[in-house]
Amino acid sequence: MSYGAVHDDEHHDHKPTGIGRWLFSTNHKDIGTMYLVFALTMFFIGGAMAMVIRLELFQPGMQYVDPQFFNSMTTVHALVMIFGAVMPAGVGLANWMIPMMVGAPDMAMPRMNNMSFWILPFAFTLLLSTFFMQGGAPAGGWTMYPPLVLQLGDGLPFLIFAVHFLGLSSIMGAINIIATVFNMRAPGMTFMRLPLFVWTWIITAFLLIAAMPVLAGGVTMLLTDRFFGTAFFDAAGGGDPVMFQHVFWFFGHPEVYILVLPSFGIISQIIPTFSRKPLFGYASMVYATASIAFLSFFVWAHHMFTVGMPLAGELFFMYATMAIAVPTGVKVFNWTATMWKGSMTFETPMLFSIGVLFMFTLGGFTGLMMGITPVDFQYHDTYFIVAHFHYVLVPGIVFGIVAGVYYWLPKWTGVMYDETLGKWHFWTSTISVNVLFFPMHFLGLAGMPRRIPDYNTQFTDWNQIVSVGGIAFGLSQLILVWVVIKCARGQGEKATDQVWEGAHGLEFTLPSPPPFHSFTTPPEVTEATAHS
Amino acid sequence: MAEATTRTAQKLFVFAIAMFGFGYAMVPLYDVLCDITGLNGKTGETTIAAVASGYVDKDRLVTVQFDTNVNTALPWNFKAIEYTMKVHPGEISEAVFVVENKSDKDIVGQAVPSVAPSQASLYFNKTECFCFTNQTLVAGERKEMIVRFVVGAELPEKIKTMTLSYTFFEAPDSEDVVFSNKSTVEAIDAKG
Repeated sequence: MSYGAVHDDEHHDHKPTGIGRWLFSTNHKDIGTMYLVFALTMFFIGGAMAMVIRLELFQPGMQYVDPQFFNSMTTVHALVMIFGAVMPAGVGLANWMIPMMVGAPDMAMPRMNNMSFWILPFAFTLLLSTFFMQGGAPAGGWTMYPPLVLQLGDGLPFLIFAVHFLGLSSIMGAINIIATVFNMRAPGMTFMRLPLFVWTWIITAFLLIAAMPVLAGGVTMLLTDRFFGTAFFDAAGGGDPVMFQHVFWFFGHPEVYILVLPSFGIISQIIPTFSRKPLFGYASMVYATASIAFLSFFVWAHHMFTVGMPLAGELFFMYATMAIAVPTGVKVFNWTATMWKGSMTFETPMLFSIGVLFMFTLGGFTGLMMGITPVDFQYHDTYFIVAHFHYVLVPGIVFGIVAGVYYWLPKWTGVMYDETLGKWHFWTSTISVNVLFFPMHFLGLAGMPRRIPDYNTQFTDWNQIVSVGGIAFGLSQLILVWVVIKCARGQGEKATDQVWEGAHGLEFTLPSPPPFHSFTTPPEVTEATAHS
Repeated sequence: MAEATTRTAQKLFVFAIAMFGFGYAMVPLYDVLCDITGLNGKTGETTIAAVASGYVDKDRLVTVQFDTNVNTALPWNFKAIEYTMKVHPGEISEAVFVVENKSDKDIVGQAVPSVAPSQASLYFNKTECFCFTNQTLVAGERKEMIVRFVVGAELPEKIKTMTLSYTFFEAPDSEDVVFSNKSTVEAIDAKG
């Protein structure tokens, strides 16, 4: 079954060397590695900003930073984490895994793949350079609502062009992924035999292509409103500032599924492996993912229940939001059913996946609470919403990506990671992430608003606990860096081709580490070898 | 295989560009949607016929409140003579507003109306309003302006009070000012 071994000798030594290998790379594995390293770097930059926020909020009153800078921290933290850490990490995993999973030698458009990565460092240079400009970095919230965002100083065009570049990068990446899966599948790899990770990524890619251009349009309108005399969002010229919120969230809601679906795909690979059972309800998983993606275009106004929408609008968006819970529930029950009576073991990737299952579901429940229009008026713009989206984003998505890294790291590097360190990473992260985000629910229900650098003294105790959790969570992530560096330097037990006892799929038929060009001769896929 | 890849990529690029266009199309689409449904507090269109043949509900009295605002960039004063009126649904009423240019320059202003609660906006019809056109005030000028309106007799029983709010902005230079009652103006112009 080891297809790679045949051509291993021919191609393995042909990789370019030096800095040129990375700058001009058209190799899906090298580009995947660059995406992942970039994402990890941005994760720590965004994390440092979160530490500033938690430091300031450790006590009531103003301590370390001025309010404008505090607001820049919340705004840029969000932009960096969403567009710099989570999305590139997802694309990086897709780059590494999709050609191997579908039995292709590389991505369909390797040159474009190189461009979509190298746009990212430029985009973030634009964004982060605003810290040194007149008027400072963006401070009006990552949602960029006018008219507040239009009051930003020289940084505004930099913010807008950074968003344009990020959109361009992800659209190019998405097109590449779809072109690869549609045109480069191995013989016998039908659509309903694709691994779930590939399926979730196709759907994510379509969401990216449909949603990112709408955001690009919205921020272009901001740009022309500020510099070219248009009045899309300016009431004085007949425009409407609420219009921006409609355009933004038409992108913004599909965006949250762009972030989460790859994580769903990863745990759909991992849970069957460590339960030693095929995924329960494969077809229903595919249809549920597609339904979530489709419905995500009809729920955007649940982010803006308090803008003064008429009752009919509020009811429509409330029911549409509730409807998304149905396909999401299907997925959660399928993962649970996959583990049912399985021969389970709890290696680090499995621990993180189970963490996703528990804590994403918790974040999903608070999402349902806020989807109910009348109660949303209490939760809106409080720490409750902060708790909600951090539960889905950190233990829901970041844990999923981390699970994927642990799961495939031995495949990438050829050596097993340090299981003891992995377990330490999981337990410290899981405990601290709950200390960090769970009390935010209480703060929000008690009325603490988000995006404010000061608070009433009654909120002090919980804020201090949250800050301690935040610092512990930040430090825990250094264990991941340690684990990854150890593997990258080849320190560890040699990994087998299959890596995990229960692992299935084409990527586990290649040697560990896989050859530079994955499958130069397409493998034959049969019903027996398909699916994990 | 390379050809198939190119075709897929081309289709997807076209799709992406179309979605960029859709972002812009959302702006007029929302206006159309709001016009049809009366959502967003935009006031309904009036036809003279509806006003003339209107049935007046003498048993009901609705309180109409007026709210006047001036954008900070515009050096004008803007007030209503009476801030509240009680009207019968179906009856034609008139409210008078006073506007004054405090600066030493001639300025063109434009009032933007809004009705709350938004459910009431469907039944609030203006037959004449200073908000239909730009208002020019020479330096120091003070003038009275009127709004003639009818609260539709079909107004739901539960609505006892409604607010008509105006905000005056300095009019942009361009002629094609977008404001909510353009179609109403056209309808009235057509009737002479």
